[in-house]
Amino acid sequence: MSSHHESTRAADDQLVPTPGQTVGPFFGYALPYAQDGELLAPGHPRSIRLYGTVTDGAGQTLPDAMIEIWQPDEHGRVPRETGSLVRDGYTFTGFGRTGVDDAGRYTFTTVDPGATEPGKAPFIAVAVFARGLMNHLHTRVYLPEDAAALAADPLLSSLEPDRRETLIGVREPDGALRFDIRLQGEGETVFLAFPHHHDPDDAASPGQSPHGRAGTGDAGAQ
Amino acid sequence: MDVQPPPLDPAATMESQQTLSAEIAAIHQQHRDAVAAGETPETQPRRNFPPYRSSLLRHPTKSLHHADPETIELVSPAFGERDVHPLEADLTIQHDGEPIGERIVVAGRVLDGDGRPVRNQLVEVWQANAAGRYVHKRDQHPAPIDPNFTGVGRVITGDDGEYRFTTIKPAPYPWKNHHNAWRPAHIHFSLFGTEFTQRIVTQMYFPGDPLFDLDPIYQSITDQRARDRLVAVYDHSLTSHEWATGYRWDIVLTGGDRTWTEDDAEAEEH
Repeated sequence: MSSHHESTRAADDQLVPTPGQTVGPFFGYALPYAQDGELLAPGHPRSIRLYGTVTDGAGQTLPDAMIEIWQPDEHGRVPRETGSLVRDGYTFTGFGRTGVDDAGRYTFTTVDPGATEPGKAPFIAVAVFARGLMNHLHTRVYLPEDAAALAADPLLSSLEPDRRETLIGVREPDGALRFDIRLQGEGETVFLAFPHHHDPDDAASPGQSPHGRAGTGDAGAQ
Repeated sequence: MDVQPPPLDPAATMESQQTLSAEIAAIHQQHRDAVAAGETPETQPRRNFPPYRSSLLRHPTKSLHHADPETIELVSPAFGERDVHPLEADLTIQHDGEPIGERIVVAGRVLDGDGRPVRNQLVEVWQANAAGRYVHKRDQHPAPIDPNFTGVGRVITGDDGEYRFTTIKPAPYPWKNHHNAWRPAHIHFSLFGTEFTQRIVTQMYFPGDPLFDLDPIYQSITDQRARDRLVAVYDHSLTSHEWATGYRWDIVLTGGDRTWTEDDAEAEEH
């Protein structure tokens, strides 16, 4: 270990995490890879399209964002297979990555995730990266169908109705799932902080300790 | 005498480094004052950091919503030898010839918050060449592209969480945040942990860079000790005789508080 980390153990004896930094403008030749957004081959009978736009606080689409998804298969099984970076066309690895196109739209070919336990609301984990976004953001896209499961979901039920809606995908007539991501402003997507993530943006004011605030909702908007 | 001002140089109408540096200093002073008043020092960058002008419309204005990670979030995608060839860790052998520049080794360990090694996980890097130019088509900086250097590498961490890249030391390069803005030399890193919640994309810097104080991206981390965690250390034990100098940089991932189970131990075997 370098002394940077050893000398700064937090009060809970956790090592202090390395800070994030923006993905910047030039990831486009490095992080995307062949079939990165195709968890299944397009046209596969089980496949759906998951797509949407990423917009900023002025409602403009971002041409330089990158989205990652990570999800169970349609039976709710969490994939453990390798091979996300070199697709063999058969193995469902559960992970996908794609840059938005010049119109700010991202597209994945995947499956509807199944419930990981009976009665659980199925969702896809989403990570958002962009130039101008200093640290990535986590969110979820829930399937809209199972109203009872959605009503029982701990995260969704902790949100005000208008905020809750930002996490539920919209099913389109052709079976596609639309999920628009709004980084700021009207209809701002709910982004998540997880325990032990010491993020200045999850405090009510800059510098305030985020410890012990789980479940307090977004009352402390900056 | 009626002297007309010279035609405005468009670049000269942009904000000065002095303006940006003053904004950065004010934010850092606020942070120091908060710490002096008993607040916990910040350890991550601010997404809302106005000196980084591109952040103005791209940061959430509502607080992040606290959530307990569930199911899929408590594991990470699996990567392995199907995904990454061992030669991808050497960025100097991807073309017919040798890239121009200072050959370096960058190595370290990836750990979780408890200090456990993060094994068998994906580390991706990308960077400018020795002239400060990216291969990316949007990089129009008039510095030469090196036909022998793409600047992209990948590696899977070893049993001790270790990674190691051989590459060329990148140069600083200009960007358009403000007038005469230059980024310190850096290598972009992208990592996965044992949980998807531990995902991180960041940048590694080189010790003693004179551009640190001027850079709104680096300075978006308001605490000096936290900023230091992005700076590699020169390590002569990584330097090899008549071949390459060595830099060491360890990475600690956030979170990782999932209970360690027998299943995990078993999964490690595969």
